[in-house]
Amino acid sequence: MAKPMRIRAKLKGDHVEAKILIQHDMETGLRKGSDGAKIPAHFIKTLTVKYEDKVVLDTVMGIAVSKDPFLSFKFKGGEKGGKLTVTWVDNSGDTRTDTTAVK
Amino acid sequence: MRLIGQAILLALTMQLTVSAFADDAEDNDIYAEFLEDGNPAEFSEINGEELWKTKAGPNNVSLEQCDLGKGPGVVEGAYVELPRYFSDVNKVMDLEQRLIHCRMTLQGLTQEEATKQPFSKPGKASDIEPLVAYITAASKGMKMAVKLEHPMEKEAYEIGKKLFFHRAGSHDFGCVTCHSADNKRIRLQNLPNLLDKKQAQKVYATWPAYRLSQGEVRSMQHRLRSCIRQQRFPNPKYASDAITALTMYLAKSADGAVYAAPAIKR
Repeated sequence: MAKPMRIRAKLKGDHVEAKILIQHDMETGLRKGSDGAKIPAHFIKTLTVKYEDKVVLDTVMGIAVSKDPFLSFKFKGGEKGGKLTVTWVDNSGDTRTDTTAVK
Repeated sequence: MRLIGQAILLALTMQLTVSAFADDAEDNDIYAEFLEDGNPAEFSEINGEELWKTKAGPNNVSLEQCDLGKGPGVVEGAYVELPRYFSDVNKVMDLEQRLIHCRMTLQGLTQEEATKQPFSKPGKASDIEPLVAYITAASKGMKMAVKLEHPMEKEAYEIGKKLFFHRAGSHDFGCVTCHSADNKRIRLQNLPNLLDKKQAQKVYATWPAYRLSQGEVRSMQHRLRSCIRQQRFPNPKYASDAITALTMYLAKSADGAVYAAPAIKR
């Protein structure tokens, strides 16, 4: 059950600053619950950010990334009102896509 | 010659350490500022609002008619006046005690059910923490204004103050041991001097908080429980009157602070 992300993208001079907050447990598979059994691994494997049709960020994530990850990056060539689309896929095959307009 | 070299090295190291201490508070502020943009407590607030409005329990009603002190269903500004005296139960209650009360009286849960899981564990989320996040967030930007008018509120304040200064246990420890002097810290964590109004305001106004080290929004009950554990005291009962009294003392110490929680912390 993928939960929504919070995406903010702001034009700052010649670049767009994007901030993405993701809701995900990011379980490493190495932790044990109170019953002593391992908690199964559940983490985001890839995350892609597209500006309009162009990929501006392509990432490979793993178990070293924290729970509820926060990602911030800048890219050139964006304009106000342009569409930023973020998609992640996790190891259980679950996926989520959210979109925002550059402000 | 070697000795002198060592002495110089030692002096250098000391200087480095001293400047590291000085930068510490500043670094922590920069760290906090950076994190503010990406506070996952926002998600907790949204989940909490949903829980608040969802019908549940044997009575199948939502918590929307819960009276947090400003009338049934009023969430805005409720937290900055808590803990407070509630005439329907003739008791001073903090937010979490009141939530338990509402879940029992409105939704028909038993006390055991209502207090079953106050804190989230890996893989097992608590309902109470998101509810607390939602309710406290509705007081953002308002000033802390605990009334302290009713005799029982005054009594709770005095008890809380006593608890704050009370030293006991295997280490002769009390809240006051760590929180009565400026510029103290445990490892990298700065310890606020809660006897100083400004510091008390800053701290109280930023709890509850999303704790990065735990990946959850933690309530005041959780915060104080941790403090008490660190003092080597037995674990307090969840939502006990003693914790409410201590919260009352701290809330009053933070009087006038602009409320800014749920914040994000280490």
